[in-house]
Amino acid sequence: MSKKDKKEPYPIINILECKECGRCILICRKDVLKMNSTLNKRGYHYVEYTGEGCTGCGDCYYTCPEPLAIEVHIPKQTKKNQRKLNGNTAH
Amino acid sequence: MEDPRIKIIKKPKSILNEFPRKGGSASTATHYCPGCGHGIFHKLIGEAIDELNIQDRIVMTSPVGCAVFAYYYFDCGHVQVAHGRAPAVGTGISRAEDNAIVILYQGDGDLASIGLNEKIQAANRGEKMAVFFINNTVYGMTGGQMAPTTLVGEVTVTCQEGRDPRFTGYPLHMSELLNNLKAPVFIERASLSDPSHIRKAKRAVKKALKIQKEGKGYAFVELLSPCPTNLRQDAEGAEKFLNEQMEVEFPLTNFRDRSSEAEPLYRGASDFSKELLDNIFEVNTQSEMEPLDDPDFKTKVIKIAGFGGQGVLSMGLIIARAACKARNHVSWYPSYGPEQRGGTSNCTVVISGEIIGSPAIDNPDILVALNKTSLEEFIPRVKNGGTILYDLEIGNFNCQKNIRTIAVPATKIAKKHGVVKAANTVMLGVLMVISKEISQKFFIEAIKQSFAKKPKLIPINLDILEAGSKWAYKNLEI
Repeated sequence: MSKKDKKEPYPIINILECKECGRCILICRKDVLKMNSTLNKRGYHYVEYTGEGCTGCGDCYYTCPEPLAIEVHIPKQTKKNQRKLNGNTAH
Repeated sequence: MEDPRIKIIKKPKSILNEFPRKGGSASTATHYCPGCGHGIFHKLIGEAIDELNIQDRIVMTSPVGCAVFAYYYFDCGHVQVAHGRAPAVGTGISRAEDNAIVILYQGDGDLASIGLNEKIQAANRGEKMAVFFINNTVYGMTGGQMAPTTLVGEVTVTCQEGRDPRFTGYPLHMSELLNNLKAPVFIERASLSDPSHIRKAKRAVKKALKIQKEGKGYAFVELLSPCPTNLRQDAEGAEKFLNEQMEVEFPLTNFRDRSSEAEPLYRGASDFSKELLDNIFEVNTQSEMEPLDDPDFKTKVIKIAGFGGQGVLSMGLIIARAACKARNHVSWYPSYGPEQRGGTSNCTVVISGEIIGSPAIDNPDILVALNKTSLEEFIPRVKNGGTILYDLEIGNFNCQKNIRTIAVPATKIAKKHGVVKAANTVMLGVLMVISKEISQKFFIEAIKQSFAKKPKLIPINLDILEAGSKWAYKNLEI
């Protein structure tokens, strides 16, 4: 598998919407979220993704109280990968 | 456009894209504090609505409390209700609109304090509604006062030394309370402390809404929820407080799930058709002639007063019916105490040549008094130049004004006819003679109508009416 095929999930954090409550940082299993030291337009420090290690579990989205602050993007398996996977696991 | 190759976890469709509550540049931020449970829970409701595909059927009520502005967030039908009154409003909506899925969103002040009675009554009736109860042990919107759910020893603005059960009792367990009732289909307590709890909460929310989708009845989900601002906690403190303190007092469990065996609750359609109402109120369409306007007709106000059981109200009704048949404008306005027998009662009949503005008129032209208490009570209100008919047996009384007083031996005449209770009909006969406006035939028809269900009583009452009228012609200047 080339590195290009191995697409990792990642969070998209809407900096403007973050209110610095820290819930997502507290619960992130991979510890890949951290608080930025600068302020957003509304005057809050905001959470950011360190850029690596997200597993796409969605916990940060679910624990975030702001509906528009976090999205989690999870690339689906390509057909090629899926076939490989099925081949490995099936019967 | 969404990329089919990427799965995106994000804001549900039934949550709006903008929340203009905050205004200005913050029209995409909720009005909730950082770390608040409401935002977390709003998303769960939104997801469940999307997944069940029921957005078009949802009518939500928002409470008084922090979530008072819930209508800024959900893209569905909405009613903002008075404090604690969501169960009444929700009941109305769910009964009037059978297809509506009613969501009550309430906090611990709204639901467990001011609205407690209504909450229990609606649950006991098994109303078709999903109730989401946000329990954060504190009054949020008003600034952190003690709530019914505040833990023993927990400090709030109004219990600075911690809640002391000697003064303020113990935390109220709403789920357990409702679990004593027979009707509810589903009761569960969940928590919004951390993602694994939040996911469990989501399943409870979805189940409660699925029960509504299938019209099966009452579903209640209590959610332990963080209020980091009022309880002065950070994210970690809030999580610990929920998991280690609240959960001990309020155990997370499914108290009841009858969703698989419960049958959809059908109450049948309500029939408010004119035909049915006419039938109930015995409105015979042939006799229901519209009243005629008559500018020359002088409005007449008759008050009849006595003990309950003396036929006070029915006498008024007979007069009103006679006036109806004479095609006057009429109102009949009863007033009586809680006693079925023995209390005082009175009614006011207004007969007019034009539409009657108010049926509640205090100053009658004619007072018919069947006992002394009523006579003395209402004498001061009789119009100058008016008339008082009273039973001879009442005896003497003082009347200063220019009022014609007529002592009618009503009870005596009624006794002579063997129906002591028909003194009111004697009075009716006298009234018929002295107040000339309505002819005798209408009174006779009205008596027949009023006794239609007891036809045996019609002839004797007509005899007594006649006797009253004869007495009047013989003894009064007409």
